[in-house]
Amino acid sequence: MSLLLHRIDDRLIHGQVVVGWGQPLGLRFIVLVDDDVAASDWEQELYRMGVPPDVEVYFHAVSDMASAIDHYDRDVRPGLLLVGSVDTMRRLVDVAPSIRSVNIGGVHHADGRVQRMRYVFLTADEERALRALEARGLAITAQDVPSTRPVSLADVLAGKPDA
Amino acid sequence: MSDDAAVVAVVAGHGRFAEGLVSAVEQITGRGAAFATLSNSGLAPADIERELLARLDSSGARVIFTDLPAGSCTMAARRVQRARPDVVLVTGANVSALMEFLFAAVSPLDTPVGGLVDVAALAQSAAAKGRETLVASGGATS
Repeated sequence: MSLLLHRIDDRLIHGQVVVGWGQPLGLRFIVLVDDDVAASDWEQELYRMGVPPDVEVYFHAVSDMASAIDHYDRDVRPGLLLVGSVDTMRRLVDVAPSIRSVNIGGVHHADGRVQRMRYVFLTADEERALRALEARGLAITAQDVPSTRPVSLADVLAGKPDA
Repeated sequence: MSDDAAVVAVVAGHGRFAEGLVSAVEQITGRGAAFATLSNSGLAPADIERELLARLDSSGARVIFTDLPAGSCTMAARRVQRARPDVVLVTGANVSALMEFLFAAVSPLDTPVGGLVDVAALAQSAAAKGRETLVASGGATS
């Protein structure tokens, strides 16, 4: 089982993650990797309130994951790893090279970002980072919920309409 | 419905949840304008929080109804509450809950009761009404 999805989602824990993916995957744990959240008890409590009691949430800074990722990779329960930005995923993959696939689940509008899909807006730097991850052999697709078709990075960057 | 009817609460959720609930309230009561609406579609968390605050500030309302307890609107509402502890959040909203709140919060003259009553208590009553109306029945197999 272990980590079934490595997701970039700027909403972190929310309905699509807990219900949309959580139900079909039978999720039992979420690894939330975010330096700010890892440093804030208040933020952690906020996200814990959002998950059902049978789902554990573990919070880590990116730097923790060099040693922690093996533990989660070996966990027999179905799990999901969650980061809030392309940049966090880029830094995470550097310290946790066992990550071989990335799900772009939601990167929403902000200054400097260009819309690529309904739920994917990217800066030029974020595009370059995703292309670099793909060039390293990672499988990168966009998919907000399980019932939609995964969209390849090439199609995302070409601005292909949602499936 | 009078155009200048006071807004008593904000309804926020996924997709067209808020718009849909409020359109039902409007059809039933003619007082849909008592609710400001917000959809999370396409919005980053900070945008949802900002839009919630804008609706509270422009209306003077301090109650937010949302859909899922873990939804992004609910998370944003909890962040709003951190800065504004007087704000009341009701998750799992339905039409019955909204109408219960509406009639308790608004006088017959469309004047919000506002400071004269405890909106947190009204929100509690609305939540209780919403729970009460969620009922499954039927399904006989013989």
